[in-house]
Amino acid sequence: MASLKALKIRIGSVKSTQKITKAMKMVAAAKLRRAQEAAQNGRPYAERLERVMASLATRVSGVGASPLLAGTGKDQVHLLVVATSERGLAGAFNSNIVRAARRKAEELIAQGKTVKFYIAGKKGRVLKRFYPNDILVDHEMGAIKYVSFDDAREVADDVIARYLNGEFDVAHLFFSKFVSALVQEPTGIQIVPVPLPTAGKGQATDGGAVTEYEPDEETILADLLPRNVAVQVFRALLENAASEQGSRMNAMENATKNAGDMIKRLSIQYNRARQAAITTELVEIISGAEAL
Amino acid sequence: MLHFELVTPEKLVRSEDVHMVVVPGTEGDFGVLEGHAPFMSTIRDGAIQIHRTSGGTPETIAIRGGFAEVNARGLTVLAEHAD
Repeated sequence: MASLKALKIRIGSVKSTQKITKAMKMVAAAKLRRAQEAAQNGRPYAERLERVMASLATRVSGVGASPLLAGTGKDQVHLLVVATSERGLAGAFNSNIVRAARRKAEELIAQGKTVKFYIAGKKGRVLKRFYPNDILVDHEMGAIKYVSFDDAREVADDVIARYLNGEFDVAHLFFSKFVSALVQEPTGIQIVPVPLPTAGKGQATDGGAVTEYEPDEETILADLLPRNVAVQVFRALLENAASEQGSRMNAMENATKNAGDMIKRLSIQYNRARQAAITTELVEIISGAEAL
Repeated sequence: MLHFELVTPEKLVRSEDVHMVVVPGTEGDFGVLEGHAPFMSTIRDGAIQIHRTSGGTPETIAIRGGFAEVNARGLTVLAEHAD
């Protein structure tokens, strides 16, 4: 059995670990609230943009449409944009996203396609180990505390520029969807070419009036398409931020609980050892006294 | 009254009923009053003027990267930045 002193040190160290995990949990909970709020605030814009795009899409024919809409006509090179967090200790958050991306990559490779990666976030770099030659960009997000639209725009502009440059044909975006503080779902969506939302039946109710366009439908759509990509990326980053904090909160809660269990177990062990030592000592004293 | 909404990706900046809004469209400024015909336009970077009452001093908000839609519900301005 471990010595009393070793046990005591061990208990002390577990206790300080517990303090840290507890603090991390609190911090994550506070950040989660903020991240959730940010995700919610972003919703009206996305909804309205989607509605406008849907109503425009029904009016613009595929001919002469922007390549962002029509595609390159090929389906060979796929770009997987993998958005992860910058920090670890968030449970399975990052590995879930990476796993979803890898599954998609394997599927595409099995179909004979070429796969490239765009890593946004430090924790996505593990992909380098699996696909060392297919990393197109490793985008640094380290300095970003709270994602702003400009950060998303930067990523989106880069992706679009590479697309127009012919570096890939289809782009998918991987992130973790925030369902609740307890549930986060790794998700993959296609962002380029822009999948057009189909207008629901309820949406064609503008009183039958004909909408006027200035300059014209095509130009407006061409203006909105890159913005839509940026919005998708922005949404993904926001959802990711909320998911990360939610996931970390859970992980740290569990860690705190485990540390508590461990402290309890070690304390019992410590007390037993102490008692055993006292008993042994007593037996020694008594038998010594009897021998006299 | 005209229902006016100004939305950025980060938040819903304004959602209120106003008298008139003057929007800097790509092909020229246009004012939107209540009951405007359905209309969509891109916006050049500039300031939108919000007239709360007719004849009052307008409030101006500078916006970048915008797009405006007028439908039966009112005017919605989507901008990348507003301040």
